Amino acid sequence: MENETKKLSIICFSGDFDKAVAAFTLATGAAAVNWEVNVFFTFWGLNILKKKQGRSTIGKGFLARFFNFLMGGSKNLPLSRLNFGGISPGLMTGMMKKRNVATLDELIESAKQLKVKLVACEMAMHILGIQKSDLIDDVQEVIGVPTFLEYSKNGQVIFIS
Amino acid sequence: MTHTLDITKDHCPMTFVKVKLGLSKISPGDILDVLLSEEEPLVNVPKAAKEQGHRILEIKNEGSHYRILIEKNN
Repeated sequence: MENETKKLSIICFSGDFDKAVAAFTLATGAAAVNWEVNVFFTFWGLNILKKKQGRSTIGKGFLARFFNFLMGGSKNLPLSRLNFGGISPGLMTGMMKKRNVATLDELIESAKQLKVKLVACEMAMHILGIQKSDLIDDVQEVIGVPTFLEYSKNGQVIFIS
Repeated sequence: MTHTLDITKDHCPMTFVKVKLGLSKISPGDILDVLLSEEEPLVNVPKAAKEQGHRILEIKNEGSHYRILIEKNN
């Protein structure tokens, strides 16, 4: 058990606010107790990593720009339940601050400091017409399934849908 | 040298995240003097520090909170 590889790989498929909080809580928590942590962002999850935090027409092609505008960035992540037209994530962040629980921004910042490896899905980015330069600089690589399997090998994998 | 860190108002995972980041900023042999609340941090902070090879010098109950002295490993 002494030499057991402690590695956690999270596939963040969801772009919901609450699920992003869950993904980053697990990632920072594991990294803080010396686990190697990879977080692979795909589809909706990519919204969490966009450089432009609000709505913007990034991407190539009309449909991609349209979708990216509708999805928005990290400031537009909806709550998976009781979103109330987008007001809930702000209310939830207020509650988190009031109760001294780390907000999503604080968790993301801690994840960077703890050297959590953030990677993005090549295929989903291709569909949405997103370039690596559209994502925050902390995204280390754009990878596909074989590379993810290599990174997650012999560790635990969690899929956040 | 002793460095202080107050995490009495923090919650999981920021309690041990802050301790880990605090330990990463000090020199080996230095002491991190952590003020914390009971329950979650009192369980997780010493556990996380020990797992990373640091030494727990003392755990004191100071009434409304606890104090843990952690010596950074070499």
